[in-house]
Amino acid sequence: MAEMKVEQIAVFLENKSGRLAEIADVLAANNINIRALAVADTADFGILRLIVNDTARAVQALRTAGFTVTKASVVAVEVADRPGGLAEVLKVVSGAWLNVEYMYAFVEKSGQNAAIIFRFDEPNKAISILQQAGFKILTNEEVCRL
Amino acid sequence: MIWNEQYETMPREDLEKVQLRRLQDLVARVYARVAPYRAKMDAAGVRPGDIKTLADIKKLPFTTKEDLRANYPFGMFTVPLEQVVRVHASSGTTGKPTVVGYTRRDIDTWAELMARALACGGVQRDDMVHNAYGYGLFTGGLGAHYGAEKLGATVIPISGGNSRRQILIMQDFGSTVLLATPSYALNLADTMADMGVDVASLKLRVGIFGAEPWSENMREEVEKKLGLKAIDIYGLSEVMGPGVSMECIEAQHGMHIFEDHFYPEIIDPESGEPLPMGEAGELVFTTLTKEAFPVLRYRTKDITRLWAEPCVCGRNFVRMEKVTGRTDDMLIIRGVNVFPSQIEHVLMGIKGVEPHYQIVVNREGALDTMEVQVEVSEQVFSDEIKTLEALSRRIQAEIKDLIGSTCKIKLVEPKSIQRSEGKAKRVIDNRKI
Repeated sequence: MAEMKVEQIAVFLENKSGRLAEIADVLAANNINIRALAVADTADFGILRLIVNDTARAVQALRTAGFTVTKASVVAVEVADRPGGLAEVLKVVSGAWLNVEYMYAFVEKSGQNAAIIFRFDEPNKAISILQQAGFKILTNEEVCRL
Repeated sequence: MIWNEQYETMPREDLEKVQLRRLQDLVARVYARVAPYRAKMDAAGVRPGDIKTLADIKKLPFTTKEDLRANYPFGMFTVPLEQVVRVHASSGTTGKPTVVGYTRRDIDTWAELMARALACGGVQRDDMVHNAYGYGLFTGGLGAHYGAEKLGATVIPISGGNSRRQILIMQDFGSTVLLATPSYALNLADTMADMGVDVASLKLRVGIFGAEPWSENMREEVEKKLGLKAIDIYGLSEVMGPGVSMECIEAQHGMHIFEDHFYPEIIDPESGEPLPMGEAGELVFTTLTKEAFPVLRYRTKDITRLWAEPCVCGRNFVRMEKVTGRTDDMLIIRGVNVFPSQIEHVLMGIKGVEPHYQIVVNREGALDTMEVQVEVSEQVFSDEIKTLEALSRRIQAEIKDLIGSTCKIKLVEPKSIQRSEGKAKRVIDNRKI
């Protein structure tokens, strides 16, 4: 069975100008393509979350450039790109009392569907509940190909 | 007013006789009763009988904060604990505080010296003394309290914090004298402005400010904002607490050391050699009369100079200049002593936290703030904000537990704190003092 969980990279960001641009430069120089991206920030620091086409190389390149990096498993759920698409997923998530640490979304190239990235406490349980509810879970490979 | 005419105006030659007699008695006492002093004196080859003149004091070994730490908590006490009626403590360079003890007579002596100090600063019996020094293990609150009572003034033991309530009490009780750290005094002035309280409606006339370094500029500012005369007081718990030396309201220039109880020396901090009168160096104190916790040649690590010139106030005691620096890396933040090694101790105790840190001290408005910057290693980094915030809060809480003061924690990227050759630069002090 294909790996249902998607690998995400998180990078620590101090709130100072130019750091995001430096990360983008490092990835560009290593020919790594960004599939999805979200920044979470507080008054003092930020965390950049990234899904890329080659996680291992991206981690290596960012570490070499001096960044603090960690990996986490997230779940990518495909939803229809129309009003109400997100609401349907969230109804299932909250109905099953799944604890969401954070989430973000991106739209697929075709424009037909959107993908919601969830960071769950219990990703395996979340995957089976969402699949039972009829949602398509995108594999790591599928996300990288998008 | 001079509280104790007999001693405070005693001719120098008589004072020196009193000092010598007290010094000889002290040296005999600590040699007989305190093993660490005996061991150090034996190692230096000096016996109590060798102290024949005041100049012989330089034969005695120095006492340092490290000696006090090595004998934590009560190992340097000269009397059995049943004769100790109170202890105080100040922060040590690592986890353990420095503990000091007082007999009944020490408490009386301290009250006498603090009464002298307050009188020297212009406080009188009919004053309403608003004591905003912290009450507790810190010597400031209780030390000043007993002195003000001894003087016969009315004491409001309000302690620190809750500035708005402090101002209401000043208005309602008619406080005339404010005892506080100078930064807290400025904070009270700002709070008054916020509350729309006109300082002219208050009865404040004298402020006695100490426990942290402050400048002549700050004196002008606090005098203007609070409409009072600002007087400088000096003390440290290892020597007694507040009331070791005090500026007079007449000159407001240099602090008179109560030399019948404390023998001051200025030494070269490198060589340990005594320096001539007037030269700047490290201040060293020998307590001539303390019973429970006397110190022999205690190195304060404060840099200052002494003046022997006569003073308009009539006191014959030498004066010390405002402390201009430290020989170590101790910081004083809102009256609390902070050593970078304490911060390091906390960080080293948290798994995965790198011992790379920097302390940034700022003065925001009237208050000193301390920010500790900590590098985030991959061991503690997480993709979740809450994990990093919990780490920040934990570091903050552990520092507060150790030093009693709240600081801001800033997580920074690895290698972003400047690595210097040799000794790391741990402290950036942006205060203009």
